[in-house]
Amino acid sequence: MTEIYKTDALIAEDIDAYLETHQHKTMLRFITCGSVDDGKSTLIGRLLYDSKMIFEDQLATLEADSKRVGTQGEAIDFALLVDGLAAEREQGITIDVAYRFFATEKRKFIVADTPGHEQYTRNMVTGASTADLAVILIDARKGVLTQTRRHSYLAHLLGIRHLVLAVNKMDLIGYDRAAYDKIVEDYRAFATSIGITDFTPIPISGLAGDNITTRSTNTPWHDGPVLIEHLETVELDQTADQTKPFRLPVQWVNRPNLDFRGFAGTIAAGQIAVGDMIRVLPSGKTSALSRIVTLDGDLDRAVAGQAVTLCFADEIDCSRGQVITSAKEPVEVADQFEATVIWMDEDELIPGRAYWLKLGPLTVSATVAQPKFQVNVNTMEHLAAKTLDLNAIGVANITTDRDIPFTAYAESRDLGGFILIDKMTNRTVGAGLIHFALRRASNIHWQATDIGREHHAGLKNQTPMVLWMTGLSGSGKSTIANMVEKKLARMNRHTFLLDGDNVRHGLNKDLGFTDADRVENIRRVGEVAKLMTDAGLIVITAFISPFRSEREMVRAMMQPGEFMEIFIDTPLQEAERRDVKGLYAKARAGQLKNFTGIDSPYEPPEAPQIRIDTTAMSVEEAADLIIARLIP
Amino acid sequence: MTLPTLTHLQRLEAEAIHIMREVVAEAEKPVMLYSVGKDSAVMLHLAKKAFYPSPPPFPLLHVDTTWKFREMYALRDRAARQAGMQLLVHQNPDAIRQKINPFDHGGLHTDMWKTEGLKQALDLHGFDAAFGGARRDEEKSRAKERIFSFRTASHRWDPKAQRPELWRVYNARKARGESMRVFPISNWTELDIWQYIHLENIEIVPLYYAAERPTVIRDGLMLMIDDDRFPLQGEEPVMRSIRFRTLGCYPLTGAVESRAQTLPEIIQEMLLTTTSERQGRAIDHDQAASMEKKKQEGYF
Repeated sequence: MTEIYKTDALIAEDIDAYLETHQHKTMLRFITCGSVDDGKSTLIGRLLYDSKMIFEDQLATLEADSKRVGTQGEAIDFALLVDGLAAEREQGITIDVAYRFFATEKRKFIVADTPGHEQYTRNMVTGASTADLAVILIDARKGVLTQTRRHSYLAHLLGIRHLVLAVNKMDLIGYDRAAYDKIVEDYRAFATSIGITDFTPIPISGLAGDNITTRSTNTPWHDGPVLIEHLETVELDQTADQTKPFRLPVQWVNRPNLDFRGFAGTIAAGQIAVGDMIRVLPSGKTSALSRIVTLDGDLDRAVAGQAVTLCFADEIDCSRGQVITSAKEPVEVADQFEATVIWMDEDELIPGRAYWLKLGPLTVSATVAQPKFQVNVNTMEHLAAKTLDLNAIGVANITTDRDIPFTAYAESRDLGGFILIDKMTNRTVGAGLIHFALRRASNIHWQATDIGREHHAGLKNQTPMVLWMTGLSGSGKSTIANMVEKKLARMNRHTFLLDGDNVRHGLNKDLGFTDADRVENIRRVGEVAKLMTDAGLIVITAFISPFRSEREMVRAMMQPGEFMEIFIDTPLQEAERRDVKGLYAKARAGQLKNFTGIDSPYEPPEAPQIRIDTTAMSVEEAADLIIARLIP
Repeated sequence: MTLPTLTHLQRLEAEAIHIMREVVAEAEKPVMLYSVGKDSAVMLHLAKKAFYPSPPPFPLLHVDTTWKFREMYALRDRAARQAGMQLLVHQNPDAIRQKINPFDHGGLHTDMWKTEGLKQALDLHGFDAAFGGARRDEEKSRAKERIFSFRTASHRWDPKAQRPELWRVYNARKARGESMRVFPISNWTELDIWQYIHLENIEIVPLYYAAERPTVIRDGLMLMIDDDRFPLQGEEPVMRSIRFRTLGCYPLTGAVESRAQTLPEIIQEMLLTTTSERQGRAIDHDQAASMEKKKQEGYF
């Protein structure tokens, strides 16, 4: 044991002095990247073991496990220390992100241990998102491999500033300097090509302990740092963030009584002092900082990383999701961005579908356009892509439903990194890194017109409405829609019928029947229906519209109360029996692909405003029921 | 002007406060699980900091087994009062009826009082987010659990369907009936907890400090006789200078012999000791990977 780790003598003799040192430790978060074979778990196990983070009872379990399932014969298998879940132990691989802790005299460390295989890219991205540093492990016998490139690319992509190239298993190549130098040069060539300007190579052996905590006598030619020494001295992101302009995304407004109004959040960058001028975005309102409130008394100054509550000199509007910045150096505001998107869900990205986008405390609705390209994470090549599936990384434009304050990811992880959430399943399906705002949004303004939608509707003496019929092919949507329109026409109502088949002859003739095209089909119809309600019309639509999220998207486009979802509920068996257009027969024969109900799903409405059971109701009765709801 | 870099404890504190604020902003009805142990003491202290000058905007919930140490009950009531928070105590009525106890019922005791009791209490009050003081360093399966841990409507944890958790962005969305367990001090170690209690001068149950207490040794655990419900099997209680590293039901919680009467002495002892914290708890010895299994079933 070396003096780098906690000194038992000091603890035993002068605990107060020890505590004094310990309470001034800083904290470094890092990630280890490598595969099972690179000795990653062994390295982490060794770091924990050397820092005495393993207790006697754990050691007893470890020794027993080592003999039972270990890979090191009678010797201790350090890797078993860090393999957590039972399922993983059975498979002999780590399948998630696990966090480990150890400390030296100078720092506390949080290690994110993530699996190395390509199918676990999302896990590595997760671990990398909070890391200051990445240890890229290489097996000295194998050199730079495809996975080394992938791990380095991902670490760099997620904005990790410090990379350590740990060339492991040096003992197995007899501490051969020439072989080591060649690996480092190979790596340098690759690293430069993807924009990594700096990295720290170290020859190590996790198993034998070379250059982990102490300088190894086996590598006298190594003049760089040993691993722990480097981890203890490298500059922390939190230190670097202090020098940037001030940013605080507001999490919560603190209002215990009428006399106090504070804005609570964690400072993402910079520092602030009482009296400084601040600006709130997106509103752009300014004020002076009057107080920095904490339970331990007011502060004069606060810095990146602190969770504080701020008060302003003036009563200006500010709520959750808005960003407080220095008045002179505010962040940008936009609703269209280019971003790198990392897909993390089994269900692929559907371009055009609305997802929740969460950026810090702010949640908005957003759509992702068809990717400009996908990145092959092994070769860094750009590939054409229509979508992104699990673990795919691509670049795409994102549109949000309102202006949001942001920075580029390269400038701030907190203000440039977002997650995408599926609106139906609530799963976190993707992560995004903002590159820049697209100019389009700021250059196309809404043209205010003098004749508004109320005027259009008033002239027609009616309330605009969208009657949205959804149901299987052959369920009777078009027939019922036609009857509804005829009856409304007799009542002198101004209507328009948008029919699925008809629209595909013109507006949407470029679209097919894949999930992505179906989404785009409905989006366009929704936009057209919206323009028609602005013109004061009652719009009747007849589209299969098989996905709940798109029907919800259209509902959200309309004014509140101007969307009525009507479920034409005909069982598949019955629709297939009718088969008015002969399509079911074709689909069953395999001549039609992606046919709803056969090889493409239909998600029935959970709570439609009206449900029409066509097995129990005639077309006439159905139309009357709908009109009775429309015009009570 | 450059300020000193934040210390690890300052950063851990800020992280926990950030998490608590996220939950309060996003959950409909949050609650803080409060077990009166040292981790709960730290959690309560952090909650006071996160929302000051408001009192923490959620109640405390103690899922009681009726078998805690008497000193724990005393501190529980006092701490809630001082924080200005509502204290909810839940005791599983089935367990009361069946007189479930740690002496006669073994693993069923934990299952009925704690696992089932917790589910009952959450359902009864309709809480959709519950703060817990679990730490990733406690046990291997905890090391992989998210900070925002999603539970199905039947309170199950699926380790294979955990949501990716990036940066400081937490996805707290869920359907009606589903809930989140949230662990703000996930990244703290036992040493961090003690150091923080020391620095912040947080009140903890006196049982953590060494004193002369009546004990017996049974099944390798040194148990304290806290009241007359402890059935002696011919053993003669012996007064020993003991303290506890972790607190639970008194008949299940092993003590250690100690002379540590101040926090620095406790920390000193902890640093020089060589057994891990959970070893004093009978619950983990049941079987390999026992904690993971219990968690899938809904144990905190």
